[in-house]
Amino acid sequence: MFELLGIPPQALYAQLMLGLVNGAFYAVLSLGLAVIFGLLNVINFTHGAQYMMGAFAGYILLTYFGVPYWGALVLAPIIVGAVGIVIERTMLRHLYHLDHLYGLLLTFGLVLVIEGLFRQQYGVSGRPFPNPLPGGQNLGFMFLPNYRLWVIVASVVVCFATWYLIEQTRLGSYLRAAVERPDLVQAFGINVPVMVTLTYGFGVALAGFAGVLAAPIQVVSPMMGMNIIIVVFAVVVIGGMGSILGAIITGYFLGLVEGLTRVFYPEASSTVIFVIMAIVLLIRPQGLFGKAK
Amino acid sequence: MTAQNRTLIAFIAFIVIALVAPFFLYPVYLMKILCFALFACAFNLLLGYGGLLSFGHAMFFGGASYFTGHIAKVWGWSPELAILAGTACAALLGLVAGFIAIRRAGIYFAMVTLALAQMFFFFALQAPFTGGEDGIQAIPRGHLFGFIDLYNDMALYYFVLAVFVFGFLFIYRVIHSPFGQVLKAIRENEPRAISLGYKTDNYKLITFVISATFAGLAGGTKAIVFQISSLTDVMWQMSGEVVLMTLVGGMGTIFGPIVGALVIVTMQNYLAAFGEWVLIIQGVVFVIVVLAFRKGIVGEFTAWLERREQRKRIAQEEAAAPRVATKPEHA
Repeated sequence: MFELLGIPPQALYAQLMLGLVNGAFYAVLSLGLAVIFGLLNVINFTHGAQYMMGAFAGYILLTYFGVPYWGALVLAPIIVGAVGIVIERTMLRHLYHLDHLYGLLLTFGLVLVIEGLFRQQYGVSGRPFPNPLPGGQNLGFMFLPNYRLWVIVASVVVCFATWYLIEQTRLGSYLRAAVERPDLVQAFGINVPVMVTLTYGFGVALAGFAGVLAAPIQVVSPMMGMNIIIVVFAVVVIGGMGSILGAIITGYFLGLVEGLTRVFYPEASSTVIFVIMAIVLLIRPQGLFGKAK
Repeated sequence: MTAQNRTLIAFIAFIVIALVAPFFLYPVYLMKILCFALFACAFNLLLGYGGLLSFGHAMFFGGASYFTGHIAKVWGWSPELAILAGTACAALLGLVAGFIAIRRAGIYFAMVTLALAQMFFFFALQAPFTGGEDGIQAIPRGHLFGFIDLYNDMALYYFVLAVFVFGFLFIYRVIHSPFGQVLKAIRENEPRAISLGYKTDNYKLITFVISATFAGLAGGTKAIVFQISSLTDVMWQMSGEVVLMTLVGGMGTIFGPIVGALVIVTMQNYLAAFGEWVLIIQGVVFVIVVLAFRKGIVGEFTAWLERREQRKRIAQEEAAAPRVATKPEHA
């Protein structure tokens, strides 16, 4: 086998695949952030905490109620989404008329509450989650674990479905219209406040879905949310939140870049996305897919 | 009583209380409050007067804490020079981070600063001089100017108080200078400030650097007081804490950050035994303040004073000219 810059190709492929899996999570999470931001103009700081709640919902459903992974994959997003709807109805709603910064501050406070409660209950060490799809495929040039393949497929399907829902359906057209002129859409007899609530619930459910998806490959721990959400914020700054497709593509792309960095310069793998963010800000401040003001 | 008189009286009262406080309360606890109060004052300059919400100020606080700790311990510099050097490093860091961050405004600015601070966190985790998970421990307090022994808590307290008062007055001066007025104009209406010929990016960058510098001064002083610099100082929770202090006290008020630091540090001290509940209660306080109490303690108090004075003025005017004379038209 030939070697590329002293890196065996198996290691390269394995890291690229890992990068793609991480990119899948970045894509689903930044997609949820973009959907929420589009209609509510709120940066949902709790997105990471809700991702963590999704993973814990899967863990709790399995451990205490015997619900298998596949059931949790459906139930956990619904539970997390429902919690999100309660948050929107009782708290976020009262801040729409204020500076957008207050939405960010409120959701940051909620992160502390949610993370604190889970740390109080489950401690800081992680919980293992059994792999529902053990084994893998030998592709000749590399070994592909089944579960990681499933993560990539599932994330692509969910991202595509969300894109289709928002860009190609009648419901999505209402949504896009409400982003531009909520007052006019309301005048046409569409209940915009309910749409806002459901949109937040949907965005949050996406985070919960990503959480369940992550449970078998990342340790389920109260801190998993904050670690990933800061990276996802950087992803969102790089991509710009103007476009749904842009958020998805940027997510996968940055996951791959991170994987490549882990091969060639491991020390920088945790910071490479932040460095890219800084460079993008210097060259194209509105983000790769953002529209210039 | 005018607002300026009120500020002066409050400042004198603060100085008097601060001078006698260590005779009644534990000096280390008071020094912790002063360090965080200075940190919050620096943050408040950026948020309250510049309208820029930074979620990465731990980078400057913790960065200066590491640099000061390293310089005092490994290079053996005297404490005042170590703090100055740490502060200079924070200023430099602020220049770089600010140059990148001010390209976006609003919530993007918050996300960018958070991401940059996380990058600095990973740097602090991996760089050899920071000691990784252990941090820099047993930093010597040393002798101030070579002859004042800072291992004496009282001597150290008055040194920290002097540092705080210097920082506080400097920030006060910035806010009440022509520069500060332009800054407020930019906060209120940036396009208008630009059309009036102000280079708003320069103003924002200078403010960011000043804010980072004093956050660094607070962090460096903290390293000398507690003799430790650790990852806690650069974590996102620290950035969140300073936001919380400023909000609780009242953003955009002169004394708000001091009151906020007092409240939060005291709360942390009392709740220290309850583990994760500190985090939960801080979160709850955050939510309550944002939902129902956005002016903060000092802001609400000032508003109450002003309402009272307005009532008094109306009562006086009515006494001078009875109500009959000023009867509303529709009556």
